[in-house]
Order: sequence, then C-alpha cells, then structure tokens
Amino acid sequence: MSERVLQVLRDKFGDAILETHSQCGDDTAVVDASKWKEICRFLKESPQLDMNLIVDLCGVDYPDREPRFEVVLHLYSIPKRHRLRLKARVGDAEGEGAEIESITDIWPGANWFERETFDLMGVTFKNHPDLRRILMYPEFVGHPLRKDYAANKTQPLVPYRTESEAGVPLEKLAPFGADEGMPFGRKVWGTETDR
Amino acid sequence: MGELKESRQISLEPSESGFATTKLDALLAWARKWSLFKYPFVTACCGMEFMALTSPRFDGSARFGAEAPRFSPRQSDLLWVVGTISQRQAPVLRRIYEQMMEPKWVLAFGTCASCGGFYDNYTTVPGIDKIIPCDVYVPGCPPRPEAVIDGLMLLQDKITSGDRRPAIVKPREDPLKGLVQLRKGKQQEEA
Repeated sequence: MSERVLQVLRDKFGDAILETHSQCGDDTAVVDASKWKEICRFLKESPQLDMNLIVDLCGVDYPDREPRFEVVLHLYSIPKRHRLRLKARVGDAEGEGAEIESITDIWPGANWFERETFDLMGVTFKNHPDLRRILMYPEFVGHPLRKDYAANKTQPLVPYRTESEAGVPLEKLAPFGADEGMPFGRKVWGTETDR
Repeated sequence: MGELKESRQISLEPSESGFATTKLDALLAWARKWSLFKYPFVTACCGMEFMALTSPRFDGSARFGAEAPRFSPRQSDLLWVVGTISQRQAPVLRRIYEQMMEPKWVLAFGTCASCGGFYDNYTTVPGIDKIIPCDVYVPGCPPRPEAVIDGLMLLQDKITSGDRRPAIVKPREDPLKGLVQLRKGKQQEEA
C-alpha cells in the first residue's frame, strides 16, 4: 500500500533517493545523508504523506562497508496508516566523519533516540540541542556497540577488588566459550587476536 | 539444605537460682541473627522473586527476624543485592555498603549479583564481590524462595559461628540424580 510513499519520494527527490525496496509490506528508502533533514521535513509536513509518529531511530555498524554506519529511521503516519523505513549511510572505515543532521526540531521525540545512537554507535547529530551520553556514564571512552569495541572490554568506575584483598577466588567460569553468544564471535574486529 | 550440617545452638544453662548463663559473644550473635534489618538493593527482575519471598506464602524474612526493611543504610545490617549491577551503579552500591554500620553482611540474590550471569559485556559488573565483600551467594535465575530461605539460614548459621568466609547455597537435591541418560555415557560404560 505504501509503495506509493516511495513513489512520491522518488518523484520529489530523484537522485537523492539512492535505492528503495519493499518486502513483506515494509518499505525502505536509502537516501543521501546530506538531504536527510530535507527529506524528513517533507515526510512530516507534506499533507499527502503526513508522517507524524517517529517510531524508532537507531544506528547499525557494517564494519566491512564504506560508508560504514547506517542511521535507520522508522516512521508511521497515524492518520494515513502507512509506514516507512528511511536509511542514510555515514562514516568512513575508521568511523570518522559519521555526522548527520539532527531531526529533533521536526520530531521532538527523536531527541533521546539520537542521544542513544550517539552514545552507543558514535554517530554525531549536528545541531542537536543536548548531545550527551544517555546510557553510558560520562567517563566512558568509545562507543560500545561499534564492532571494533572489544566484546569483553569493561571500563569500571569502581576499581575491582584484587584476590589478595578479598582473600577468596573472584574469577568465575564463564558459562559459555570464547566464541559463543554473538553471531560474529567474540573477537576484536580488524585484528588477528580472538579476545 | 545449603551447608547447614549440624545446628550450632547457643547453650543456655539453667540453674536452680533462676538465672541462665551464656557467653556474651554467643548472646550477641544470637540477638543479631534474629534481628537482621535488611537494606533491599533491588535493581532487576529478581525483585519479583524477592517480593514472592517476603509475601505471606513463603514469609521468608519475617519468620527469620529479618522482616523490617530500612531504606537508610545507617540503620540496616544486611544488604540484599537483588539483581544485575551495572557499571554505572557500582559506585552507588559501594557507597551504600560503606555507609552501613558494622557488623554488616551482604547477600547476593541471584546469578547476576553473584557473578554477572550471562551479561559478559561492557555494562555489567561481573559479580558484586568485585566491588564489595559478599557473605552468601544464592544462585538461580531467579532463585526459588526456598533457596533464598536456605541462604538466610546459612547466613544465620555463619553469624552464630562467626565465620566470615563466603558461602554458596547448594541445591537441595543433586540435579543429576535420577537423570534419564539417553545416550550411553562414560559412567555407564565404566559401570
């Protein structure tokens, strides 16, 4: 039904819509990151589309691709009852230059989603009113959901007690092997070492 | 029933004069073990089982003199750490522990508090004993109220004996006992 939404977008923005696909009723448009805000404003304000609900905004890391990150936006129109998934690709292989325009002034609900994406994935949202970490603590270094963040790396705020201090063994056996629990394995991306 | 092997009762020796004599330490320990004021540090889903424990069906804390919760660490002597402790919460837990008055005890309720559980990642403290001393570990995800009652009795036993070494609540029954072996195992071959 909402393939018509994709058609409207293609007609209006032409080359800025890099690719589109529809599967099982889900319509996706991959758009040019530099036109991100313009397209979002059109989706919100066009009376024909009227996308007034922001469902989700998140980031995805594809370490083998260039641009490396995808910012994924899910939209829904309550009056027109159609959905759209919008994607934009940002960032180079090192994760630098992952920047995109903030859409907080179009949908105020995007505020915390953008903070979360910044916190966990390291995508910077330009002109965001308050771009701070939202889940991790301010002392945290790096972005934990990036694939090059080591799966077992922790940054404790309180120094751990040593075994001599505690007088008892503190190490426990992990309930899983070194390569279990994550589909991509528990290795560090871009290196030969496993853990 | 945990590590409770034989019960260590304090001895009250009656005499004909109407007085009973005992040791001061034993009397203090007896008083402490039956009036544990708890500080519930409840952070996650184990809290549901904690409610089941304290509500009438199991009545797992009032029967052991540990009913009254105190939401000020200065007035409590048993810290219940119920649920996952994230790295961000670790300083709070540490401070709560430091504010408690001696003598104080810590009970790790559930797998996450005991060892981090399956959260082997950037968010979670792998066991509260990494940051504070812990007296009794109650494993389970979440533990059955019976297991927690075992843990509380184990703690009472340790208070009586003055033993501050950490202890783990063991299963009441061997989970492998009576297991139907579908494949011919090594043990069977040997037997």
